[in-house]
Amino acid sequence: MSQSFRLKEGGRIDRRRKIRFQFNGKSYYGYEGDTLASALLANGVHFVARSWKYHRPRGIMTAGVEESNAIVQLETGAYTVPNAKATEIPLYDELQASSVNVSPSLAHDKMAVVQKFSRFLPAGFYYKTFMWPQKYWPRFEEKIRELAGLGVAPKARDADRYEKQFMHADILVVGAGPAGLAAALAAGKGGARVILLDDQAEVGGTLLSSDETIDGVKAVQWVAGMMQALAELPNVKVFLRTTAFGYQDHNLVTACQRLTDHLPLAERKGTRERILKIRARQVILATGAHERPLVFANNDLPGIMLSGAIASYVNRYAILPGKSALIFTNNDEGYRAAIALKQHGANVTVIDARPVSGGTLPQRAHGLGVSILFESVVVEAFSEQFDHHIEKVSVAAYRKGHLGEVVATLCCDLLGVSGGWNPVVHLFAQSGGKAVWSEEKACFVPGVSVQEQASVGAAKGDFLLAEALAGGQEVANAALGKLGLPAAPPMAWELDEYRENAILPLWLIGDRAQMGQGEKQFVDFQNDVSAADIYLAAREGYQSVEHVKRYTALGFGTDQGKLGNINGVAILAEALQQTIPQTGTTTYRPNYTPVTFGALAGRELGDFFEPVRTTCIHAWHEVHGAVFEDVGNWKRPLYYALDNEDMQAAVRRECLAVRNGVGILDASTLGKIDVQGPDAAEFLNRMYTNAWNKLGIGKCRYGLMLDENGMVFDDGVNIRLGENHYLLSTTTGGAARVMQWMEKWLQTEWPELKVHLASLTDHYSTFAVAGPNARKVLQKVCHDIDFAAEQFPFMSFREGHIMNVPVRIMRISFSGELCYEVNVPSNYGRAVWDTLIQAGQEFDITPYGTEAMHVLRAEKGFIIVGQDTDGSMTPADLGMDGLVAKTKDFIGKRSLSRSHTAGSGRKQFVGLLSEDPQQVLPEGAQVLREETIQRPAPMLGQVTSSYYSPTLERSIALAVIKDGFSLMGSTVVVWSAQTGFIKAQVCSPVFFDEEGSRQHAA
Amino acid sequence: MLLIKCPWCGERAESEFAAGGEAGIVRPANPESLSDEAWGDYLFMRQNKRGLQHEQWQHVHGCRRWFTVHRDTVSYAFREESSPVPQGGAA
Repeated sequence: MSQSFRLKEGGRIDRRRKIRFQFNGKSYYGYEGDTLASALLANGVHFVARSWKYHRPRGIMTAGVEESNAIVQLETGAYTVPNAKATEIPLYDELQASSVNVSPSLAHDKMAVVQKFSRFLPAGFYYKTFMWPQKYWPRFEEKIRELAGLGVAPKARDADRYEKQFMHADILVVGAGPAGLAAALAAGKGGARVILLDDQAEVGGTLLSSDETIDGVKAVQWVAGMMQALAELPNVKVFLRTTAFGYQDHNLVTACQRLTDHLPLAERKGTRERILKIRARQVILATGAHERPLVFANNDLPGIMLSGAIASYVNRYAILPGKSALIFTNNDEGYRAAIALKQHGANVTVIDARPVSGGTLPQRAHGLGVSILFESVVVEAFSEQFDHHIEKVSVAAYRKGHLGEVVATLCCDLLGVSGGWNPVVHLFAQSGGKAVWSEEKACFVPGVSVQEQASVGAAKGDFLLAEALAGGQEVANAALGKLGLPAAPPMAWELDEYRENAILPLWLIGDRAQMGQGEKQFVDFQNDVSAADIYLAAREGYQSVEHVKRYTALGFGTDQGKLGNINGVAILAEALQQTIPQTGTTTYRPNYTPVTFGALAGRELGDFFEPVRTTCIHAWHEVHGAVFEDVGNWKRPLYYALDNEDMQAAVRRECLAVRNGVGILDASTLGKIDVQGPDAAEFLNRMYTNAWNKLGIGKCRYGLMLDENGMVFDDGVNIRLGENHYLLSTTTGGAARVMQWMEKWLQTEWPELKVHLASLTDHYSTFAVAGPNARKVLQKVCHDIDFAAEQFPFMSFREGHIMNVPVRIMRISFSGELCYEVNVPSNYGRAVWDTLIQAGQEFDITPYGTEAMHVLRAEKGFIIVGQDTDGSMTPADLGMDGLVAKTKDFIGKRSLSRSHTAGSGRKQFVGLLSEDPQQVLPEGAQVLREETIQRPAPMLGQVTSSYYSPTLERSIALAVIKDGFSLMGSTVVVWSAQTGFIKAQVCSPVFFDEEGSRQHAA
Repeated sequence: MLLIKCPWCGERAESEFAAGGEAGIVRPANPESLSDEAWGDYLFMRQNKRGLQHEQWQHVHGCRRWFTVHRDTVSYAFREESSPVPQGGAA
């Protein structure tokens, strides 16, 4: 198809670079420099979408980021982008896009029939219609979602790569229009480190779409000169195709840089998008303004565009979007489109709501032969075309705020609308500032700055070019001053003469008495919110603009109300008979424009999503059939599956090996903290419930640590290596927490204590060799330690060597068996492990995992902090009050005598034996006194650990039960949804070797 | 994301720090002599001020030192230099 609406010359497009693309399966051509929207318009395609709710035909409305109609599905498969705005998509070779929310096709959408019933589908009709009976809502919802929707979420994995980058600047300038260019150049000349961002592929902003002259040259030439001047400053960095989407605390501005979206798919490589996190000492917001549409009946027909967009399509993209055009405006700027169209041969009539305007632009339009109808408004647009392309409008008189009779019907193929301009205050508002209503300019402008920030140019409501250029320098100099830098030398440019007559605020055009009866007057195009919906919300009692937003969907969707929100606020104000500032705006939240999930995720995907910690034995575990479980970030063998055995069989085999022969456990993940200093013993006395100053050198002791509320916080076996030197062990999951906790006390509460802490968790690997044959294994490999029981008793520690590697061996036990924990520098961990495995072969040494470890310790009634405790258990609740020193203070001690912690009715740690020895109680199941149908059932506590014990050949469980110690021997019932009621007997939590003879074995 | 000045490392992003709550809560010298209520006050009662608040932070992904700052809980602005020598407040 030929580009029959393309002008012969002009524009910022390269006619030598012809680009082929497909839209809805049909091939077209455009040029380099086009957007998808401009290329479609060049081919005469206006009708590109159907609306979300009513499936009304919609056309391209804008030329930028505020577009709410021309939403497309860009590309397919791994490259697909749902809900891309055609006005933002740079055209590239072989681009493919299709309309969203249509079935089977844009022209023959079967749901278009919804329009016929649209009178019965006002705001809130879902709530009123489909909620009774409530149980049917899920079925209705499914159908409604099918009916109303936008693009399709990608199913294939994203083919692209994304990154994040931190940046720092003295002055960040957002927006490279005239104000931003002036500000950035002044800031750069003043010597500041400057970052300038713009979302377009080239700097210039509105000047790219303008026919103005600056300093006697065309605006685009002036822009090129400014860019040249910026490029010569090494302290100024310009980022194009970069949208600042968030203004966070302390002048952190987040932006998304699009690196490859303008390239054909085949040429894309490297990073697609980069999130820039820019921390700036001063921020200048030169984000421009968005034009407002006008609200009249059928104002959404294809062929109706913002007047500024028309000027942009003519001047920047060299397109004549209509040959018989009407411009409906309430301000002088609307005339730019009229002038642009007229200069390229279109017939143009301006319908101006104002009594008169003697401004430069209206006069120029008049001089070119544009007809102007003052005191007139468009009340309704009409079309009989299949694609609803606008054919005519009815024009009514409008005098002194009163709508008169229809005076004319005018034919057209294009209608430009301009209701004034809204400064883009989004980033300002996100920075914490409040937008305030300017009666004179009929728009919200930035109020007082909250952060180190200034708005300038159209973003501030200073719409004139002269104001932008002077203001840019002014805010740059103010920022330089705050940074202690000298002001930049002043720059002055000669501008076209410009006089402006004031805007006449104009919101809803139509007979209020006929509200909701005629054709719809759209306010939010993407969400199909009409003026009548807003009136309905007000009538039904909604008063807050935030509530009206949620009831009507005003301002939702991918454009977040950039086009319609201020009109909506003004119409709501009218409906509520209050002022616009009384009504206020909805909250401007990040993100300013949609940001891809890919960019937000960056490189933190897959293996990089979360760190994985493995011990130095990990490779061995993998080879030997380990099934891993996550403990914090650690990977620990849960069990080792031999010959396809299941977990139950493996755990049974491993447990019995430890009880009857010898097993070996990789316990390297346990936290290890080295404590040194003359006050080390005193420090530990304060941190643990029990005393440490009298522990002999070379001896081990179990330590219990509480938080200040008296609740068990962590535990572990510690050893005294020297007079002023201890090595602590912590739970695997608690290692970092305990280290941080101790550091906090040392630094903030007891800085006078002479103690240093170092984490050795990764430095040492720990292997527990457990079982009746443990001693024989160690004796084979370690010759400089006497393992005889009397020489190396339980709860003591020796240093020696295995294969010339220095090792620390503790005789402690978490399984209740004779056990030696071998600590070895991690670099030698694997070699020592291999040596132990080899030496153990003749005793059939069996590696065991955490599940067998859990079963073995449960048989002995040893707690696991975090499994059998939950942050609400005191030492007494656990039956461990013997570990609580009476004569010294420690963290949490005072809390133990508070009425709540010392009182009765507390949950206590006990054992449970199910009546049926083969039935394993479910962990987490509730414990009750007896079977009951009472709801809620009176609950006594819960099962915390439960296993089948291969040693005892029956099930065992640990539980916390209210006043459990006094219930010993009595029967309770355990209930879970899966099992129903199960009878069980309360017993001691120690099920095996109660006197501890095995761990003390000689 | 706040920009926090560590007295040892300078200005860094908030993601390097851990918040440690209100500063200046000194652990009683002799807890056993306190009433339950007085001990409860030490444990649980915090000012949670609207406005300037004295609070402690740890540069946990940096030098690991604790320090205190004065921060406005409304504007998030830091009002004074951070102090490298905290006193009290481990609870």
